[in-house]
Amino acid sequence: MGNKQTIFTDEQLDAYQDCTFFTRKEILRLHGRYHELAPHLVPMDYTNEPDCKLPLALIVNMPELKENPFRNRIVESFSEDGMGNLSFNEFVDMFSVLSEMAPRELKAIYAFKIYDFNVDNYLCKEDLEKTLNKLTKEELTPEEVQLVCEKAIEEADLDGDNKLSFADFENMITRAPDFLRVVFHQREELFWHLLQDCCSITPPAASYCSYCRTAPPSGDPAPTHPLSLPHTPPSLRQQKKTTSPMLQLR
Amino acid sequence: MPRDSLITSEDDIDVGLDLAGEDEVFSSNEGHERERHRGKRRDGDGEKKKRKKRRRKGAHRAEEGEDEVQTRHERREREKRRRAKNDQEAKGRERDEEERVQTTSGKVAKTKKNIRNENTRRRVEEEEVEVEERLEKRKKKHGSAKKEEKKEDEGKQMVKEKEREVKKKKHKKVVETSSEQETSEEEDDKEEDSKDEEMRPECLTPEELEKLKEAVDERKKLIQSLRGKPWPMKKKLVTLRESQEFVEKYEGALGKGKGRKLYAYKVMMTKKWMKFQRDFENFKTACIPWEMKIKEIESHFGSSVASYFIFLRWMYGINMILFGLTFGLVMVPEALMGRPYGSMPRKTVPRSEETSAMDFAVLWDFGGYAQYSVLFYGFYNNQRAIGWLKFRMPLSYFLVGVGTVAYSYMVVIRTMARNANESGVGDDNSFNFSWKMFTSWDYLIGNPETADNKFASITTSFKEAILEEQESHKDDNIHLTRFLRVLANFLVLCCLAGSGYLIYFVVRRSQKFALDGLENHTWWERNEVNMVMSLLGMFCPMLFDVISTLENYHPRVALQWQLGRIFALFLGNLYTFIIALMDEINLKREEEKIVKFNITTWEASLYNGTISENSTAPSITINPADVPRGPCWETMVGQEFVRLIISDTMTTYITLLIGDFLRAVLVRFLNYCWCWDLEAGFPSYSEFDVSGNVLGLIFNQGMIWMGAFYAPCLPALNVLRLHVSMYLQCWAVMCCNVPQERVFKASGSNNFYMAMLLVILFLSTLPAIYTIVTIPPSFDCGPFSGKNRMFDVIHETLESDFPAWFSKVFSYASNPGLVLPFILLMVLAIYYLQSTSKSYRQANVELKKKLQTQNEENKKKNKRAALKAQMDLEEARKAASQAAEEQKNNNASLQGQEADEEENYVSSHRLYHGKNGRNPPPMNGDRQLLASRAPGPRTYHHGNHGASGYLPGFSEPRMCRVPSLQRH
Repeated sequence: MGNKQTIFTDEQLDAYQDCTFFTRKEILRLHGRYHELAPHLVPMDYTNEPDCKLPLALIVNMPELKENPFRNRIVESFSEDGMGNLSFNEFVDMFSVLSEMAPRELKAIYAFKIYDFNVDNYLCKEDLEKTLNKLTKEELTPEEVQLVCEKAIEEADLDGDNKLSFADFENMITRAPDFLRVVFHQREELFWHLLQDCCSITPPAASYCSYCRTAPPSGDPAPTHPLSLPHTPPSLRQQKKTTSPMLQLR
Repeated sequence: MPRDSLITSEDDIDVGLDLAGEDEVFSSNEGHERERHRGKRRDGDGEKKKRKKRRRKGAHRAEEGEDEVQTRHERREREKRRRAKNDQEAKGRERDEEERVQTTSGKVAKTKKNIRNENTRRRVEEEEVEVEERLEKRKKKHGSAKKEEKKEDEGKQMVKEKEREVKKKKHKKVVETSSEQETSEEEDDKEEDSKDEEMRPECLTPEELEKLKEAVDERKKLIQSLRGKPWPMKKKLVTLRESQEFVEKYEGALGKGKGRKLYAYKVMMTKKWMKFQRDFENFKTACIPWEMKIKEIESHFGSSVASYFIFLRWMYGINMILFGLTFGLVMVPEALMGRPYGSMPRKTVPRSEETSAMDFAVLWDFGGYAQYSVLFYGFYNNQRAIGWLKFRMPLSYFLVGVGTVAYSYMVVIRTMARNANESGVGDDNSFNFSWKMFTSWDYLIGNPETADNKFASITTSFKEAILEEQESHKDDNIHLTRFLRVLANFLVLCCLAGSGYLIYFVVRRSQKFALDGLENHTWWERNEVNMVMSLLGMFCPMLFDVISTLENYHPRVALQWQLGRIFALFLGNLYTFIIALMDEINLKREEEKIVKFNITTWEASLYNGTISENSTAPSITINPADVPRGPCWETMVGQEFVRLIISDTMTTYITLLIGDFLRAVLVRFLNYCWCWDLEAGFPSYSEFDVSGNVLGLIFNQGMIWMGAFYAPCLPALNVLRLHVSMYLQCWAVMCCNVPQERVFKASGSNNFYMAMLLVILFLSTLPAIYTIVTIPPSFDCGPFSGKNRMFDVIHETLESDFPAWFSKVFSYASNPGLVLPFILLMVLAIYYLQSTSKSYRQANVELKKKLQTQNEENKKKNKRAALKAQMDLEEARKAASQAAEEQKNNNASLQGQEADEEENYVSSHRLYHGKNGRNPPPMNGDRQLLASRAPGPRTYHHGNHGASGYLPGFSEPRMCRVPSLQRH
């Protein structure tokens, strides 16, 4: 993707930079990512703003979102139709909000949307239960879930209607000490991924992210980039899985 | 709040719209005028247009120029008035316009056609062609790129056109003309706009300028804040384009465009700076080592175990810096530029030790060649400046020693303050569960394994929270708990006293052995003190742990108690060690005196001997290994500390391997052939002992601080040790420990560690400073040899390396008359700050309390209001349902009545029904009935209708007859 001019005009890039928290390069990278999700659907040339959308199933499989328990909700709440089909604009929008540069208020707005499973502009008990079950992989007993949900509502509900409105939610979330620090940031991960893409120049390698691909069945060691320090190569991961819990069984 | 912001921003736009609308209205009016003129002209002299165009324009200006401003003003007035719906004026205006439109609209259409015809017919008229082209181009460009147009006027026109489109609605509303007129106007405007640029900023009145400026600023702000708006991207893009155009257009008009380049540069620089900051931040986070390891442990073992590893990593960082200081400023210069090994007595292994100097046992004890190297104090020479750099070695040595301690103080205190700050903000526990629920997921996770761990850790944290919640409601037999706690403390005190006595006893015994001479004692007797200390350090914590189960504290509190007790134990050990060391120092100094005396006699005898033999040969070369030397107590102290560190490290590692690993292996594999379940039963797997490990780390660091002055190699050793133990312990935890049964969060304990570290730092600097300040350095080893005190090196430097006035100033400044008031001032300042901070804290707490009560009150109030509203609603609903029923009954009864008197009123009723086709509203019916029938014996029914109107027995049977009636 060396030739920038074929993807976006300068005006488009400027506009995107004004509308998001990304730089020019990052927008181009994002387009690369978007393109590689469905190379046959997404055109490389975006100068005349083609109308194409990618379905939820494709986007949810991105490594940035793959492990997120709320991935479906994230994509849905950023899509215009509410079904999770994202155009490139919405795609950029999503990562802009998830980026570390986005302010707390903005994140709070979208966080509320994400946790609002039934889209009724309130976080009611069912929403909280769903959230909790997704967070804990349903490992808490129903009584515990009930208890936690009740407690949470009791704590944050200011107007006594047994559900959280956005005002309640914002009041609660903006006081959280580590909301901005940890939560709702796609900090290094995303940017490392993006960097990766930039580094891999050859077209076949660029077609998908080089360090999150799983080990090919032939056993050829996945090329690990020096920057991918925190990630263990799949071969090691495999080995670890078998060894580490050796003595922990009880 | 998104809606609010949305609305306000729309308001902003509206301001712009108003303004633009106004402008545009009068510009379009002007357009009419022009058009009219032009139309006339075009009709009249079509062919001359080309040549005359310029002139015509000029003429126009000349004609209208003067009165234009006036008319404009007038129109604006009118505009305003019309907006206020001043009918008269509006009509006048309307008339005006209508007139114009009448005259123009037909013509315009014609002229437009004409133009086209002319265009096709006569290509000669370039001017027209150009106009056409422009029009066409504009239409095309409308959606896509527009910046290609470099000409300013064109850009302006573009913008205007766009705005006009956006504001069409407004325009329509304001100018109440027919749609045809509108379209014709539109056409007019377009054509007109393309021809001339009548909008001149100079023509604007100051207040308008002001308005414009405001609008531009609003737009600019909008552009700035656009990325933070929770809108979909499409809307953002549209808004951006519009406001950019607006700004571009009017900023030029405001004359602000001149600084555009500078502005652009500024914007670019801020962007670059932000980018750099972010990159740097990313880099910093990427540089933090062992993050994944710790995260992994955290997810498996909870935050308390992870807090130990975080603490370990922090220690590692500090030790890296200490190591850098000592290595870079002391060891390397001496090794590179100092005199080489073997050139002086202090740099040579003495003859008596030469044979065993390379033995491993000796080296392991840091004797032999290790002792006579840069690793220890004694190797350094007292030469003031070494090498071609003229490096001030003694001064550097002294300053590094002071610097390490000062740096450690600074870091510890700063970290403590930061932690306190954080906890001050974050200790608000009012949203415990909600925070856990909404902020616990780490959105950075992209690794399936980490995600699994995170799920596990979130589940654990929820369980912790539930446990804590239940704990707070639990109350047991208070008297029993109190008794048990007192008992436990008593037992612990006994333990401490016992261990203190044991150490005292051992130290005394070892002193006796030392007096006897160490050579004729066994290994155990020689290392008794170290071994006893290590063993005590190993077993006493276990004992404390057992005792603390009596107390039944919350695990976090229990951990702190445990820490406190072990701290006391270790402290006792450390101080007995130091006392023993002081004794030894005194012994060495006695020895030194004797050696000193012996040396003078030895030298004298040497010289005497030589003089007696050969009076003219003073330059006898004696091998430095043969020169008798003092015991050099500083090196001895350094060696002691190094040995202590080594033995401590070894015990830690061995306990780790035996206590954790071997136990785990045995339990795991012997379980297959054992009579009871080893894993669930008695030995089980070990848990990670947070408190013991933390304290071990802290005391280890204390020893480093104490000994680093006499053994510059200590920080390096410690770095090595921490590095190894990081990996070893991480591995051991992951493979042979089980998570604590009651996992809890170590939120507050971080500062607790820090506080202990600070205490240890203070306690360990005390003896070091004492020795530096009070004991004179040895006469024949170390960088300060030959001086009365170690800090004399500062005096020396001041006198010889600084100008005379400086030392004078310094001596004045160090005058007690100045120093004492200064100290007093500092104490006062500390007192003042302390009291203010206390009052602040109090105010803070009070405010928090107030907030909380207010919150609760609000909640209560709201709840009450909600309840009331609900009751009201219920009542209303009840009333409504009652009313409905009532109505039904009314109708029914009415109809019943009617049915009763069918014969009499059927005709009128039918008439009504025929009209309406359904039941009449009761009141109407009532009235009608009242009007139509005689007030006979049944009027009381009607009276009842007004009050309750509920006639059960009466209406029921007739209900069924109603439909039959209606069916008629």
